[in-house]
Amino acid sequence: MIIEYLKVFITGGIICSIGQILIDKTKLTPARILVIFVTLGVIFTAIGVYKPLVDYGKAGATVPISGFGYALANGVIEEVKDKGFIGIFTGGVKATSAGIAAAIAFGYLAALFAKPKIK
Amino acid sequence: MENDKIKMTVKEYSEYVESKSAKSPIIKNIFLAFISGGLICVIGQIITNLCINYGIESKDAIIISTISLIFLGAFLTAVNLYSKIGKYAGAGSVVPITGFSNSIVAPAIEYKSEGFVLGLGANMFKIAGPVLVYGILTSVIVGFVYWLMLLVR
Amino acid sequence: MKIGKQTLKLESTPKILETSAAVGPKESDGPLGIYFDIKCSDVFYGEKTFEKAESKYMKAAIDNLLYKLNLQNDNIDYIFAGDLLNQCIASGYCIRDLNIPFFGLYGACSTFVESIILSSLFINAGYGTKVIASASSHFCSAERQFRMPLEHGNQKPPTAQSTVTGCGAALLVPHTFEKKVPVVTYVTPGKIVDMGIKDMNNMGAAMAPAAFDTIITHLKDTERKPEYYDAIITGDLGVEGTDILIDLCKDYGVDISKVHRDCGKEIYDLTKRDMNAGGSGCACMASVFSGYFYQELKEKRLNRVLIVATGALMSPISIGQGESIPSIAHAAAIENEV
Repeated sequence: MIIEYLKVFITGGIICSIGQILIDKTKLTPARILVIFVTLGVIFTAIGVYKPLVDYGKAGATVPISGFGYALANGVIEEVKDKGFIGIFTGGVKATSAGIAAAIAFGYLAALFAKPKIK
Repeated sequence: MENDKIKMTVKEYSEYVESKSAKSPIIKNIFLAFISGGLICVIGQIITNLCINYGIESKDAIIISTISLIFLGAFLTAVNLYSKIGKYAGAGSVVPITGFSNSIVAPAIEYKSEGFVLGLGANMFKIAGPVLVYGILTSVIVGFVYWLMLLVR
Repeated sequence: MKIGKQTLKLESTPKILETSAAVGPKESDGPLGIYFDIKCSDVFYGEKTFEKAESKYMKAAIDNLLYKLNLQNDNIDYIFAGDLLNQCIASGYCIRDLNIPFFGLYGACSTFVESIILSSLFINAGYGTKVIASASSHFCSAERQFRMPLEHGNQKPPTAQSTVTGCGAALLVPHTFEKKVPVVTYVTPGKIVDMGIKDMNNMGAAMAPAAFDTIITHLKDTERKPEYYDAIITGDLGVEGTDILIDLCKDYGVDISKVHRDCGKEIYDLTKRDMNAGGSGCACMASVFSGYFYQELKEKRLNRVLIVATGALMSPISIGQGESIPSIAHAAAIENEV
């Protein structure tokens, strides 16, 4: 149990640290970092590199935005297997639909009630 | 573009500025990003495990955990806490899915003043939009390549 | 009269009769807090949006300026003002309610000195007897326009500067006014200097060469030495920018390190987190000069100052298109008469 959480902690920590190095060393903006991570997540999953990371680090690899890429890639591959050509267009979004819908719903709700504030 | 009084070229000036400007405390930043990013992932794992304990299938458990983290990110943004955490955590709070949620809620709150359609609605995905665009685009390419591979086989 | 390359000598030495400064919460808590006339702890200033709040800060500063002198709006001939927002809406909406003929200026963070220069030239030429110069900025409206939404959790690099919330306003009158107050003697409008810096989080480095160019030109044109001034005050170069300016001057054989001061470095307590390299924005020079330095001049703790406000003339569009940051610096010599 503790070992499991430790693995999650370390995997997630390392992925975020890579992001931090990119921010500090390359002047990439957070928006660009997110794009790089999600794209790499998709590609690494497709070539079979990300799966072992998920098996080892579990949420440590699925919670970072690269995990979103992992879900997209897995979804599209599964769907193409099942449905063929149509799967190319339905697989990715289907697998991540919960996240997208939740982000829109909670985001909208939060925006209704919140007021911008100075940091 | 050079100035007649400055004895440096544009290139020399930018190198000089680079040597002069204060650097981010990178070791400290990495440490904080590691801790905070790791912790957020652990929270995700705890939620997943709880769901599994209640007899939910592990695939659904991960979805529930994702939704919960998105809610958490949105909530902390709405109460003005996420930006404060972000100042310390850096990438540790940008890279996890809570950061994705934050990047949707932040512009939504801010652009509410320009109306609900063209303000809030249009700007909600100002920062997170590219993530969806490039994520989904790459997934379509991956799907296409995989489909071709299946054809050839 | 034009002297030297780009400096104007104001023969009739217009007087700065009075100033007024309104600032937000962070500025009130800063080391210069006690000098500002109006301190509002609410960044919204009771308004619904940050843009409206910025207008209100300007309105408060101008109303207070008139109140201090017991003047009415229709006593004022012209007003020169500007801010950082698209189409200068903060000034526009503020002055809509004032009923004073208005010239809207955009000089980015150099706007306050640009206003002072044009107002004093108007007075010098006899085109008016009471002209207001003003400039405003607001942290939240500027972040919105130039950077990320406020609630977005991101880190800023140590070279980043924080936009000052507030406004400064000054009333310029002809020399014939009896009161003994500081006068404007020389003004040096600046040229655009661009040394190829593209980093929006390092404005000090982008603007320092412009400040350098204007200061050196001013000293040459007026045949003055840096020591002539009790202080050469730049607007918002911040920590990095100040170092670079002093270095550039040294390389040129002029030492300004003893007299140089920077409003951006003085307005906040830089040891606090998030202050990074200091303050910026139109209101940085506007509020610090109107609140603090004008008092120092009036009470004769300083007698001769050169105010040099620097502005970075980029927009989010030009930055997105990969352009570098063109910068400008305007200078005005303000002195007590002996």
